[in-house]
Amino acid sequence: MKREYKIPISQGIVLLALCLVSFFTQALAQGGELRFCLRTEPKTFDPLKVDDDASMAIRYLTGGVLVRINRQTQQLEPELAISSKVSNDGRTISFHLRSGILFSDGTPFSAEDVAYTIQQLMDPALHSPTGDALRSGTGNVETKIISPTQISIHFPAQVAGLDRLFDQVAILSEHSPKKEMAVLGPFMVVDYKPGASVLLKRNPNYWKKDAQGRQLPYLDSVELDIQANRDVEMLRFKRGELDLINSLDSEYFDKLATTSPQVAHDAGPSLDSEQLWFNQVAKAPIPGYKKDWFRSTNFRQAISEAINREDLSRVVYHGHAQPAIGPVSPANKFWFNSNLKPQSYSPETALKALQSDGFRMENGTLKDKGGNAVVFSIITNAGNKARERMAVLIQDDLQKIGIHVNVVTLDFPSLIERMTQSFDYEAILLGLTNVDLDPDSEMNVWLSSSENHQWNPQQKTPDTAWEAEIDRLMREQASSSDANKRKAAFDRVQEIAVEQQPFIFLINKNALSAVSTSVHGAAPVILSPQTYWNAEWLTVSAK
Amino acid sequence: MSFRQKIACVVLALVMGASLGANWLAPDGYARQYREVTDAAPSRTHWLGTDELGRDRFARVLYGTRISLLLAPAAALLSTLAAAVIGGLAGYLGGAWARLAMAVTDLFLSLPWLFLLITARALMPLNVSPLTSVAVTFLLLGTLGWTAAARVLCASAAALRKSDFVRQARAAGTSGTRLFWVHVAPNLKPVLYAQFWLSIPVFILSEANLGILGLGIAEPMPSWGSLLKELEGLVSVGEQPWKFVSLILLIVVVTSFQLLLSGQEEIAA
Repeated sequence: MKREYKIPISQGIVLLALCLVSFFTQALAQGGELRFCLRTEPKTFDPLKVDDDASMAIRYLTGGVLVRINRQTQQLEPELAISSKVSNDGRTISFHLRSGILFSDGTPFSAEDVAYTIQQLMDPALHSPTGDALRSGTGNVETKIISPTQISIHFPAQVAGLDRLFDQVAILSEHSPKKEMAVLGPFMVVDYKPGASVLLKRNPNYWKKDAQGRQLPYLDSVELDIQANRDVEMLRFKRGELDLINSLDSEYFDKLATTSPQVAHDAGPSLDSEQLWFNQVAKAPIPGYKKDWFRSTNFRQAISEAINREDLSRVVYHGHAQPAIGPVSPANKFWFNSNLKPQSYSPETALKALQSDGFRMENGTLKDKGGNAVVFSIITNAGNKARERMAVLIQDDLQKIGIHVNVVTLDFPSLIERMTQSFDYEAILLGLTNVDLDPDSEMNVWLSSSENHQWNPQQKTPDTAWEAEIDRLMREQASSSDANKRKAAFDRVQEIAVEQQPFIFLINKNALSAVSTSVHGAAPVILSPQTYWNAEWLTVSAK
Repeated sequence: MSFRQKIACVVLALVMGASLGANWLAPDGYARQYREVTDAAPSRTHWLGTDELGRDRFARVLYGTRISLLLAPAAALLSTLAAAVIGGLAGYLGGAWARLAMAVTDLFLSLPWLFLLITARALMPLNVSPLTSVAVTFLLLGTLGWTAAARVLCASAAALRKSDFVRQARAAGTSGTRLFWVHVAPNLKPVLYAQFWLSIPVFILSEANLGILGLGIAEPMPSWGSLLKELEGLVSVGEQPWKFVSLILLIVVVTSFQLLLSGQEEIAA
């Protein structure tokens, strides 16, 4: 019996189409130049000294790291290290490294380079912000090279979330004459025109390969144009001169979504929050009766309750923001305390709470026990349209309970001077940008002794019992290597923050971005860098 | 008065009249937020639509015009008076006085205005009502904006000092004070008028610039500066043409002032 293999015409066409698609996909999967903007001049190309967004972008694209937080899953993944292990006491981390890897200049990579990087990073003279995050206790960080592919790093005291911190540590070459210019990341810096652009080219020695065994990255180059003006950035994107925009404003996003919905991406609530806080510094040059208001939990809660957060999200961010529940955004899947209830909006309840504190309404004006009209100013940075608009909405909301708010916009240096030096302010509306998921990165905000404990910084001993409790809980979570214990401690911190309202959290902005249709493989996420976190897998087709 | 100047007068009178009648023409006021209809197109209820916070744009344009049109002349008057005293006296006295006054004027002219105003705003107390912020903004503009006019007045007063009729009066034994008030000052009047009219659009634009930077008049009070901020980010005129009303009004008013000014310059000449 003879079996006939006949292919019908329709199936043949499908097969041919698949072959063509496969051919073009192969063609697309190589080459191309990705272009996007840096909003400021990069301050440094030394990955250990990075402290600004522009330099961070360059480090992300050029630096090779031992482990990487997957921006999509928020999980730690191996990179140059095949595996990592943190000791039970949280003071030692061991890495097993990949072998046969070369730096961009051809120098071989080994455990010696990791030891050299750590030694440079922890040098106090370097003042490395990345190194500061790894500093714990007194004493030196010791590295022990077990073999060319094995190394352990010992810290003088426990470092919470130690393994995740290595996401920021780009490995330098000990032996390359090019030092920080010899890289292990997918791209390398080949040209820098100050004030204009930074050009990155594909690292010919990059170690990563795709499933078909082709070397990554697919892109030939990345051009980063230095452009501070958002309008110009938007126009250039529309003209096809740029491929990506990160952290898009809601206004621009809506305009883009109307004309080209396929390029506008809303990844949902980000980690960033906007908040209002009152000055609780004892030596602040403001009247004593105002300090009494600001230090009253009832007062702060009433203000929080009188603010319509839904309207802030809807009116100011056109729905591309979520009313904040507490200090942690729900986007931070592990650390967010899901038992917290959304903050309610009720001017009536707010007024009752204030009346229980001795405030009374007289001819539409709220007055305190001493007969002082409740008037205060909210300052925010001039030029930030969203914050200016939020302040005006809050002004209107608080007017409903007889509180008169003066909205003041100041240039940023003046605002910072008042906030950190003279403490000559009443309330401030600003935002908090979170780049790290771990609460350890917020130690500098929550510890009462910290400089960034904005409502009352640098306290010798905690002024209030609840601040003392937050101090204790933050230290407890930082000194434990048990994730569940840490979570329980930080959940309680979030509860206290909501009860006491030292920061009145207003909204969590959505992560908005734009990706040109010529870019393939992009999957915008909430974590920075939103659009090019998987840069080595991206391709750009001809426009 | 030429035909063009008559037209300018009528336009200014109409704009001023409408802004003074804002309470009747837009009874809901400039601060009321219609949060359900933000950034709306013109309609029967909101003739010029609403702004991004749902406030009636027509009301805000009227009230903003009132503020800019009332306070810019006040600031112009202040700066012209300061220029008259400093520049006029320096020119009349001449010698070391003129050199000193002009050195101070040059110093003021060389100072970066914008940064000075930003610094001055930062040093101001925070708890000032929007109305006070209006007064302070224009007071600052008036106090800092006398320099260019002072140079012109100094030159004019110096020319008058050397003129034949002043020499004749001096030879006749007229005292210095009388000479200034009776013979010099009246002849400076046309220059002063010209400088006054010239300053008004300058101050309107200065306030608008400060407003664009968010450093002008405090919210929720409108001014042309804060209204012009709405145009930021607009990429085409056709997108939302009604937002250009404040800009058109500014151009019309400034042009009208310029037309009136050209008349004053002709008188001065």
